[in-house]
Amino acid sequence: MIKKWSFLSLVVGLFAILAGCEPLLVLDPKGPQAETTANVIWISIATMAIVVAAVFGLMAYVVFKYRASKQSEDYEPPHIEGNPIIETIIVAIPVIIIIFLSIVTVKSTYEVEATPKGYEDQKPLIVYASSSDWKWHFSYPEENIETVNYLYIPTDRALEFRLYSYGPITSFWIPQLGGQKYAMSDMITTLHLAADVPGEYMGRNANFSGKGFAENIFHVKAMSPEEFDKWVEDVKANAEPLTEEKFDELLKPGHLGQLTFSGTHLGFLPPPEGHHHGSHETNDDEHGSEHAHAHEDVDTDHSGH
Amino acid sequence: MDYFDRFAIPHPSPAIYASMVAIGLTMIAIVIGLTYFKKWGYLWSEWLTTVDHKRIGIMYLIAALLMLFRGGVDALMMRAQTAVPDNKLLDAQHYNEVFTTHGVVMIIFMAMPFIYALMNFVVPLQIGARDVAFPRLNALSFWLFFMGAMLFNISFVIGGSPDAGWTSYFPLAGNDFSQSVGTNYYMLSIQIAGIGTLISGINFITTIFRMRAPGMKLMKMPMFTWTTLITNAIVVFAFPVLTIALLLGTMDRLFGAHIFSMTNGGMDMLWANLFWVWGHPEVYILILPAFGIYSEVISTFSRRNLYGYKSMVASIVIISFFSFLVWMHHFYTMGQGPLSNSIFSITTMAIAIPTGIKIFNWLLTMRKGKIKFTVPMLYSVGFIPIFTIGGVTGVMLGMASADYQYHNTMFLVAHFHYTIIPGVVFAMLAGLTYWWPKMFGFMLSERIGKWAFWFIAIGTNVAFFPMFFTGLDGQARRMYTYSEATGFGPLNMLSFVGAIGLAIGFALIVYNIYYSVRYASRDIGSDPWDARTLEWATQTPVQSYNFARTPQVDSIEALWDLKRNGKPVFQGEIEKIHMPNSSGMPFIMSCIFFAWGFSLIFSMWIPAIITTIAIFACMAHRSFEKDDGHYISVEEIKATEKDWEVLNDENR
Amino acid sequence: MMKIDNSLPLEYANEQNKMNIFGFWIFIGAEVMLFATLFATYFTLEHRVGNGPAGAEIFELTPVLIETLVLLTSSFTIGLAMNAMRLGKKNAMLTFFSITLLLGLVFLGVEIYEFTHYASIGAGLQVSAFTGILLTTLGTHGAHVTVGLFWGLFIIMQVKKHGLTPKTANKSFIFSLYWHFLDIVWIFIFSFIYLKGMM
Repeated sequence: MIKKWSFLSLVVGLFAILAGCEPLLVLDPKGPQAETTANVIWISIATMAIVVAAVFGLMAYVVFKYRASKQSEDYEPPHIEGNPIIETIIVAIPVIIIIFLSIVTVKSTYEVEATPKGYEDQKPLIVYASSSDWKWHFSYPEENIETVNYLYIPTDRALEFRLYSYGPITSFWIPQLGGQKYAMSDMITTLHLAADVPGEYMGRNANFSGKGFAENIFHVKAMSPEEFDKWVEDVKANAEPLTEEKFDELLKPGHLGQLTFSGTHLGFLPPPEGHHHGSHETNDDEHGSEHAHAHEDVDTDHSGH
Repeated sequence: MDYFDRFAIPHPSPAIYASMVAIGLTMIAIVIGLTYFKKWGYLWSEWLTTVDHKRIGIMYLIAALLMLFRGGVDALMMRAQTAVPDNKLLDAQHYNEVFTTHGVVMIIFMAMPFIYALMNFVVPLQIGARDVAFPRLNALSFWLFFMGAMLFNISFVIGGSPDAGWTSYFPLAGNDFSQSVGTNYYMLSIQIAGIGTLISGINFITTIFRMRAPGMKLMKMPMFTWTTLITNAIVVFAFPVLTIALLLGTMDRLFGAHIFSMTNGGMDMLWANLFWVWGHPEVYILILPAFGIYSEVISTFSRRNLYGYKSMVASIVIISFFSFLVWMHHFYTMGQGPLSNSIFSITTMAIAIPTGIKIFNWLLTMRKGKIKFTVPMLYSVGFIPIFTIGGVTGVMLGMASADYQYHNTMFLVAHFHYTIIPGVVFAMLAGLTYWWPKMFGFMLSERIGKWAFWFIAIGTNVAFFPMFFTGLDGQARRMYTYSEATGFGPLNMLSFVGAIGLAIGFALIVYNIYYSVRYASRDIGSDPWDARTLEWATQTPVQSYNFARTPQVDSIEALWDLKRNGKPVFQGEIEKIHMPNSSGMPFIMSCIFFAWGFSLIFSMWIPAIITTIAIFACMAHRSFEKDDGHYISVEEIKATEKDWEVLNDENR
Repeated sequence: MMKIDNSLPLEYANEQNKMNIFGFWIFIGAEVMLFATLFATYFTLEHRVGNGPAGAEIFELTPVLIETLVLLTSSFTIGLAMNAMRLGKKNAMLTFFSITLLLGLVFLGVEIYEFTHYASIGAGLQVSAFTGILLTTLGTHGAHVTVGLFWGLFIIMQVKKHGLTPKTANKSFIFSLYWHFLDIVWIFIFSFIYLKGMM
């Protein structure tokens, strides 16, 4: 046993050093949502460390004290059915831990599913992020521009991503800004994020989607709002317009570099909101209001075009 | 020739051609060997047609070990590919096939037969029965499983392996995105094996409810029997869901239906739900028997009765119930909103409570015991800390908000290997070593076994602990490669080293079997571990009828009471024993099922129709068959029991 | 033969018979889950008709009523057959058993008509998620009935040949459980697929 523990502690120590070099992405948050989850993760690690310590300690004690080699030949272990007090304790303590973690979970889950804290009063930047084999298309309806495989965002502004897919289920994930969410073909999912710090972040599809999955990454750059506006103007002025033919070509399976267009595909290929495939009852209830809202966005955007 | 194009592999590679040759040569070697040693008759009459639960158990065991190595090679290939950044060992397609088959083989074709191997061998003995309730169906279960496994395994040399992950999410697994027949193999081979498992479930529930020895009330059953009962109850309720999911998937893939497709109203999320409504209980189908094995092993080698028997029973019942209420935690990120995610978080974390009770009960069983560190006990003791890490990370994953960051990453991969390896693999190896003498009449070498244990225990930690970190650092699972800039390299290399350690451990187990077959003593008596339950009150090796006299039981540890307190178990006169007849039908019918599945996979409709009719013809044959079994006469029993009786008296 | 307990009905007369019946109840438990899954899937996909027709547009009352009536009656006649069996009246039992199977055959015939009708009006398997799950659910039930017809036929032949023995009685009784179960499933199909769809 000693061999094993010393080895384990060596391994753990090694990781602590390795991990110390550069903070792990998920635990190095750059936005309020990622910060919430990072805090939850630290709370859970601390709580679970207590459990692990208790079990390991108890086990080490039992295994050392009651091994046959440390006992006399004629020792005969007693017959013990159980003990109500001990059994109550081993139920009660886990129950308390689980209640504590449940409260943390429910609270934080509602938090990360809503507009980030501190940004509730402002209008979020809406980005439609859609995936196709093996690319990401980012449509900015209000700005009326579209990019492929890269995402520019302003800092200090709530971001509302509307996710859907032109192929297999994918998962939109920018670890340093917040958790992931699926993009699917027959329903829009919404992800609320925000960036506090300007910088470049890794974004990727986290859900296996076939041959090109490993390279299905996108580049995220958070910049000051002024810079962002400047970029938008620049794109509007200089980028080629996105036509239906061009978009069909983009959807073909494969990898593309980073591309920029003025105009979005939302007009000629509307995202699966509300009226998808004649489904009236399944998913629409909880997202109904959002859908209506989203339609307005797309429509106004159209008239401006 | 176009017709035969479908059988070609879409993405051939030298490794696959080499495997083809190897498979061909092995088959030829087996045929020649059997012919040369004139063993065809023996194979047919003693194994292929047997309905004896002990032999079926051993066949399950052999199949499980074979599949363990198939899945293990897949694992090594994955770890080798990801050991260094931008590795070119496997291409993306190949890697996708490898991790898909690794998952399916390990869960469906390794872990499942392994638990059924031990259940088959042990449970009838533990409850003092002569066989299972439906011996013929039991053989059918095995052969269906076996043919399903073989069907799945030929995929990589004929037509191409499935490549959509073991979860096979639609629409990726649909015809639009997986054009090869790989996913057809997935749908049909798991279907065939799954039908076998469902039949086993019915069989074992009936066996345990109706065939226990007189006096063995439910609350006097050994813990492994309890876990078997509950496990099979989960099987009966969960497997039909898989049956339907696979049926609907087959409708989509072979008949152009639009249940899970992207167009015409199909719903991809439905597959995920159906899959995990089966998939999560499946996890507990694997782990509960393991808990039973640990209970037996820890109690035997601590020389103490199991602490908190009632709370152990209560906790497995609660776990089985909750196992059906947590499936949504496999896709918190599907956008179902914070309310359902919160509810499923709480149910998920709640499972930790009964599981915790079990861990503490095992520790309390060891307390005040006299612990002997034999190989089975090492696995059981090693299980506790490693599984605890798996368990607490499970609670962490159960917290929905945090799961948005863990989901689909190596953190998740680390977690479930930290539960499945100690929870299932360790238990199977513990059970295998523990019951081995009863199965084969000699013991496995303790020395080699301990070496294997340390390689496996340390290898597990080295292979999977780094993944917690790469996961938190943003490494998604199922990526066939990554760039150097990500910095995942060193930790992945460490995982690879751990995987090699595991491989050495498993190789040592094989060597141990070889070594012990050659050198181990055959003179081990009937109860070499000084154990506590009825399976050790039989002869070694066990007679076909198990018990000459039906045991009378009145405690949880019938044999221990016999040995320590002289409570008689076998009383009364020996009577003639009714035994079921062997039958070739289960084997033949399963072979037809194999052909049926193969025909459907390649959309060959005429053979599919012929084999369907043939399957029904087999059932008709069974309906009309006159088979009343046979009797073993009193004289014959007395003759075989003579030596044993003397021994038995000495033991008392 | 095993020990026979004459105080119990024939189908329960020995231990193996009791186990067969017990095991079959568990099998029915599994079947309940099977059909429950199909129903759950059906309710999820019910309105996802794509460009194809909805239930209200394709369901016809007459064939469905015939199917329901025929199957309900057959459930009654298999009950009568079991009653005759308990009374030891072999011929009455065989008569009722045969009527049951004939009714089952009529049911199957109407269902085949129904399927060809759906296919002819553009509601085939490949049209939409709704038609896919509808036909799969009905087809699964229909396949069960088909298997039942063959199985029942074999049992009739065996009862004819061997008379009412513990073995044949056991088989007949288990068949009756199966047949009642299929009837209950049909009642669910009738209420929650057809009636709900037509309303």
